[in-house]
Formats: sequence, structure tokens, C-alpha cells
Amino acid sequence: MNAPILRLYVVFLVLFAVLIGFTSRWAVFGSERLRENPKNARVRIEEQRIKRGVIRAANREVLAGSTRLSGDRYGRRYPTGSLFALPVGYDNVRFGRAGIEKYYNDALVGRKQELTSLIDSLTKDTQIGDDLQTTLVPRAQELAYDLLQGHQGAVVALGIKDGSVKVMAGTPSFDPDHPEDAKSVLNRATQGLYPPGSTMKTVTATAAIDSGRYEPDSRVNGKNGKVISGTPLNNFGQRDYGDITLTEALTNSVNTVWAEVGVKLGRNRMQEYMDRFGFGSKPPLDYPEEQMQSSGPRDTVKNELIPMSSGRVDVGRTAIGQGLLLVTPLQMATVAQTIANGGVRMEPRLVAKVVDPDGRTVDEPMPKEATRVMSEDTAAKVGTMMKSVVREGSGTAAALQGVEVAGKTGTAEINIAQRINDLWFIGFTEDVAVAVIIEREQGQGGTVAAPIAKQVLQALGQ
Amino acid sequence: MSARNRELLALIPASLLVTLGFAAIFIQRNELLSNVSLTYGGIFLGLCFVAHLVIRFTLPYADPYLFPLVAVLACFGLVVIYRIDDVLARDQAQWFVIGLIAFVATIFLLRDFRVLERYRYTIALAGLALLLLPRVPGIGQQVNGAYLGVGIGPVSFQPAELGKIAIVIFLAAYLRDTRQVLVQGSRRFLGVTIPPFKHLGPLLVVWGAAMFMLVFIRDLGSSLMYFGAFLALIYVATNRLSFVVIGLGMFAAGAYFFASTVGHVQDRIDVWLNPFAPGLYDAEGGSYQIANGMFAMADGGLFGRGLGAAVLRVPDGGPLIPAPETDMIYAVIVNDLGLVGGLGVIATYMLIAERGFKIATLAADSFSKLLATGLTAVMALQVFVIVGGVTRVIPLTGVTLPFVSYGGSSIVANFILLALLLLISNRARTPA
Repeated sequence: MNAPILRLYVVFLVLFAVLIGFTSRWAVFGSERLRENPKNARVRIEEQRIKRGVIRAANREVLAGSTRLSGDRYGRRYPTGSLFALPVGYDNVRFGRAGIEKYYNDALVGRKQELTSLIDSLTKDTQIGDDLQTTLVPRAQELAYDLLQGHQGAVVALGIKDGSVKVMAGTPSFDPDHPEDAKSVLNRATQGLYPPGSTMKTVTATAAIDSGRYEPDSRVNGKNGKVISGTPLNNFGQRDYGDITLTEALTNSVNTVWAEVGVKLGRNRMQEYMDRFGFGSKPPLDYPEEQMQSSGPRDTVKNELIPMSSGRVDVGRTAIGQGLLLVTPLQMATVAQTIANGGVRMEPRLVAKVVDPDGRTVDEPMPKEATRVMSEDTAAKVGTMMKSVVREGSGTAAALQGVEVAGKTGTAEINIAQRINDLWFIGFTEDVAVAVIIEREQGQGGTVAAPIAKQVLQALGQ
Repeated sequence: MSARNRELLALIPASLLVTLGFAAIFIQRNELLSNVSLTYGGIFLGLCFVAHLVIRFTLPYADPYLFPLVAVLACFGLVVIYRIDDVLARDQAQWFVIGLIAFVATIFLLRDFRVLERYRYTIALAGLALLLLPRVPGIGQQVNGAYLGVGIGPVSFQPAELGKIAIVIFLAAYLRDTRQVLVQGSRRFLGVTIPPFKHLGPLLVVWGAAMFMLVFIRDLGSSLMYFGAFLALIYVATNRLSFVVIGLGMFAAGAYFFASTVGHVQDRIDVWLNPFAPGLYDAEGGSYQIANGMFAMADGGLFGRGLGAAVLRVPDGGPLIPAPETDMIYAVIVNDLGLVGGLGVIATYMLIAERGFKIATLAADSFSKLLATGLTAVMALQVFVIVGGVTRVIPLTGVTLPFVSYGGSSIVANFILLALLLLISNRARTPA
């Protein structure tokens, strides 16, 4: 019986070798992925020993700070509560991280190159993270958040020259001290997908003029009930417009004109300009990838974008912000920012600088151009057209005393029988671009969203 | 050097391990090396020495390495349990005293262990009764959906630990009698050796028992352990690979059938395959445990965090890994001591298995050979089931890591198992 006993032993050796193999798989070869798994609380527990850096608003008001818990551990406190919860996010041992807390985690815990951290660990008792100075303006953020109360929606305001995010507010928000109680942590500004309605006509206008096919004073026909992609299309209030200029068509938001312009420009040109504006990919914002959505025609069942070349996309209705097109408020704010900035789209940015515990600035990223979307001339022309919208068209509610505001309203029909719409306003003054969305309410973009935009622009000193 | 002196010298690693281990934990906790706590180590080594003396005077020819290897594991286990929870370490030390009493009692009561052969059916019935106890209303306890524990008043124990020894004794005795007929009465059918149907009956009973356990006790791990030991024994008894293949096929078919019909087994398998699936991770008895075992091993890396340095608790005091001192102790070891530490533990079990099988080859009679093989195999399989469960080679089921995990039943049962191996060894090596 000794031979089979020996063979049995060999079988056990093999089994034990498998155990060693699997142990090495988790402990050594696959350990990096396991350590980075968001469910792994271990790293977060370790990082509680680090005094996490402070996150500040543009005026240095503290948005997130560290307090000492028992022993050598630190906990996160959010003095401004739900007001900044969506952009700032949270840092929680059990629930992980979100927002700026997540994107800038390495800086906030002071994780640098291997060598410096080794020296640091030898010379310092406690590791202290770097502070962040954001571009968020508390006064405007607070006003936007207050105005959004009682609604579901979002407000985004961008600095025109530098792409700095001055306001990123949304409702409902949540208490970042207790993310476990949050019903939803969805950031509507970057994740909310809405049909843009007539605000999309600014993109179509850009494509129309920049391609040289149209001028602001080109004559177009605004007849009601034009057939677009085989189906008649109506203007707001079934109104019939005769021969009008392109500027008038924007001022009065004439659907049939812009749908026809979209069809004439064609799928490829529309796609090209949408891509330049940043549709089709996630925005280059310093914010976690998984908390942002890309804008464009979308298959909501498969949750993926559909290219304009697809037969399922109705180019005419896309040109007026209907059809399958879904966008984020941040994307539409970027559209306004680009037109205001002479046609140059800037990368939106939440953090202005990173400051180390000794007060030295570690990083102060320069404003970064994403791309030139249109010529300066086109930008001026589209801007002028948008000014006429606020001066005499559907967006008069956004007009400011003494400052010229350019804008475009949008009213995307969600439920025609109940007259429920998504209400939009996008616009800009000299320094600030803004996008406002109010979700699923009765009324028009010009009456509900535009007044909010106006007050936010005012709070930003415009 | 005599076998016993070699044994005594081989206890040195265990004593070093226990001393250094405690020292490391104290340094890690920034505590002074307190006498009170170091006495654990002292008492523990004293106990090992007493056991050595017992072996010296009762089993002078027994294998000299088996006991020191077990002492290394036990010392190591105590250090790790102390590092997890010092109150548990005190309990564990007490269980060691009881375990050693059981060890000594076994040696004295079963000086001639061959009497066991006579009581094979009684032992088999006792073993089966032990396995079924957890389902008896009033005393049975359900843990994570499996019925493994028995509680009578304040005392609770896991009868499966003792049951494994009973079953191995029965199988060794039964196969000693029938091995010849199993081989000679076999017919070849389609190139496969089929044992005679007359003797197939009891073997089908064992298969049935394993399936029954899967359904009734709902414990895939124990089921695998018993059936694996059974296959190992039948292979050694008959030297027929075809029996093993048929057995494995039957087990696989049965396991597949019940896995897809019994909810608990299906859950365990889902958890095994998708430990990070959102619905499973947060579910009661879901994959949180296995996932966090993997996180712990990943945190350990090659050399570990250092004994006592790994994070075991979340800040509010709850355990980061559920059951760190029993089911998941291997993950804690790898977390603290890295792959190297895990390797050391597994290598120690390999050496124990080597000694066990060596005893089997040296034994003169079939019963002794089969008994030593069975005892060694069932222990090695237990290691495979729990370490394999923690490392996701197989679905995780709650059995202990022999001599290392916290738990009274496990310690007592494994010391009885060790006593039996030493008894067989002593008899085999006694000069004529």
C-alpha cells in the first residue's frame, strides 16, 4: 500500500501548491487591484491617520476640514453642509469618496513621490495633506442653491476666460457628513441628462455661421408645420413666421427654421461642431470620471451615445435640442462660455491651487484651452444674436441693469398632456457664463430658468 | 541521538516563535514587555514540555518531528489569536490544557489502538450521530446558513471536528476487511474497473452520507473533507484509480445537483465567484467576508505589515474581517506576515502531512496504514478546505485551521488525532 500512499502525498503537495499560488495571486500579483478596489476600507482607515488637507472656496471659506477624533485619527467635517456637497463630495471611511475629495485624494493626503514621502515619514510625526483652493464662489453658490429649493435642477456658472467653475449647485443635495442617509448623491450639473431644447440652437447657429453657409441676416422661412424627417414640426404656440432673418429666428426661437438649418448643414457638420463644443466625451473637468456624463444623442436603454451618422438620429430635431439628444448642464454652460470667449472652449476647472501645509503653493494650474470651436468673428456674431434674445426675445427675464446679457432659453417638452417641461436658460455676460436647468415643471425656460440665471450673474458681480 | 531528544530539540523553534511573537506584538503596541502576558508563553511552553515528557515515557519510539511541528503551529496560532484579541488567547490557552488532557487520555486509553477495529460500527454510528447533532432542535445552532454547532447551556462545540475522526476510524476498519474483495471481485466494464455490487453498498452509503451532509448540514466544506478522506482511503486500500474517478464523478454530480437546488449552497457559490457584486457584498452572510479576506491578503503583500501591525478593526470598533480568529485567521496571518508567513504555515502543514504519510508507510498492518493515511488526509483536506476557501480556490465554508484557529472542539479533536498518529507511529517503530 506504500506506493499509493506516496502518490496521495504528491496529490496533497499539488493541492498545497495551489494554495500557495492563490495566496501569491491575492497578496502579491493582484494586490494592486485589490488595494484600489473602492470597497476596500483598509486604505481609508490608514489614511484617517493623516490630517487631510482643507478644501476652501475662492474666498478662502472652509468647505471641508479635518478634526481630530479619538487617538491619532482624523475625521472629516463639512461646515457648509449640503450647499457644496455636490462639487466637494465626501470622504467617508465606510462609503468611500466622491467629488473633489476623490479626485484630489492624493494631494489631500499629501501623497507625493515615493522618495519625499519616505523622508517625510522619517522627519514628521503626523502626515499632513495639502490644502485645496477651489474656484467656487460661496455667495453665488448659496444664492443658486436657495433659488433651486423647491425645484429639482442645477446651476453651473463658469469663468469665461479661464473656465473656472464659480457655481455648481443642484437640488436635491445631501449632507456630506452623513452620505449614508443620502437618498441620492447624483450631481445633476455633471451627471444629469436632459434634452437641451432650444438652447441647442446656439450650437446650430455656430455651425451655420462658422461654416459660411449662413449669416445672421440671412433670410429664412419660419412657416409652421414644416416637414422634418418625414414628420411635421411645429413652432412654439403654432406660430407662423414668414420670411425672417436668422437673428430673428433665434430671438423668437423658431423651431422650423433651425431644424431646417440643421438638416441643410447635414449630419457631419453638426457632429463636427458638437464634438468641438465637447459633446461626445466626458468634460475635461478635475472631477471623478464616474460622476460625469457625456452629452449627445443617446440610447437610454443601452446607456451609450449614438453617432450623428446613425439613421436613428433625426438631425433636424437634434439641431433644436429634441430627438434623442441628452446633455448635461455643464456641457451647456461650456457652450455659452465658448461663444463668450471668442470661440475658444476652456477646460472647466474646480481647483485653482494646491497649497502645502507650510503655505507654499504646490500647484496652480494655468487656464487651459480645450479647443477653438469657431472663429472669433463667428463667436461675435452668435453672441450678438444671443444678446438680442435677452433684449427683445424669449430671454428678457435674464436682462440686467447696465450690463449686456446674451442668452438662449430652452423649453424641452417632457409630457405634453400635463404641460411638463425641462426648463433651460444658458447665457453669459462679459466674464461669466451660466446654465440653469429646472427639471419637469410647467412653464417656460424664459419665465422660470432665466430669472435664476439673472440673479446668479448678479451675485457674481455682473 | 534518540528520537525523544530530537523531539525535545525540535521544540526550540516553537519556543523561539512564541517568545519572539509576543515580543513583536508588545513592541507594536508600544507596551512594556509585561510579565503577566509573557507568562502565557511560559505556561504554553511548559505544557509542550509536559506533553513531551508524556510521549517520552509512553511512546518512546514515536515519530520525533510530529509533535514539535504541531507545537510550532499551536504556538503560532496562540500568538496570532493574542494579536487579534487577548481575551480569546486566554480561552485558547485553557483549551490547550483540555486538548492536552485529551491527548494524554487517548494515549493511555488506547495503548493498543487496534481495539478500535472491533467497535467500528459503534464508532461509525457515533460519528454520524455527531454530525447530525447540529440539526437536533433545541441544541443545534445555525451559523451563516450551515448547521455546524451544538450548544448545551453555556458550552457550545462543533461535533463535526470529532466526527471526522470517528468516520476515518470506521473507514479504515471497514476497508481493511473488504479491500481484497473490492479488488478481486471487480469486473472490467468498458475499460473501467467496477467494484462488486455486494461491497459497493457501504461505499454508496458513504457517498449518500456526504450528499446528505451537503443538504442537511448545508456544509460543502465538511462534505468535501469527509468524501475526500474516503476517496483517499479507498485509493490507498485498493490502488485503483478508477474508484477515485467514479467517486469524484459521483460527488461532482451530486454537488452540482444540490448546489443548483439548495439555496444556501448556491449562495456560497455565487459569493465565491462574484465577491464584489454589489448585491452580494452588502447582503447578510454575503461576500463581505471573503472580499475583505482578499483585501487583507493584498494589504499584506510579500512580507506583511508586521505582526500586530495590520488593521483589523474599523474605527467604531467592529471587526474589519468577520471571524478573524476562526475562519479568516489565514487572511490575518498573510496580512501581518505576508505571503512569506502564509507560505510558512502551509509548509508546516506539508511537513506534518509528510510525517503522517511516513507513519502510514512504516506501519506494519493494513488497519494502521489506513488509519494513519485517513487521519493525515482528513487533516490536510481540512487545511485545503479552509485556506482554499479564504484564498478563493473553492467556496468558503467555515472549518477551522487545525491547531491555529481559535476553538475548543477543534483543538481537542486535533490533539486526539495527533495522539492516534503517534500511537500508530510508536507501534510501527518499536524495535522487534
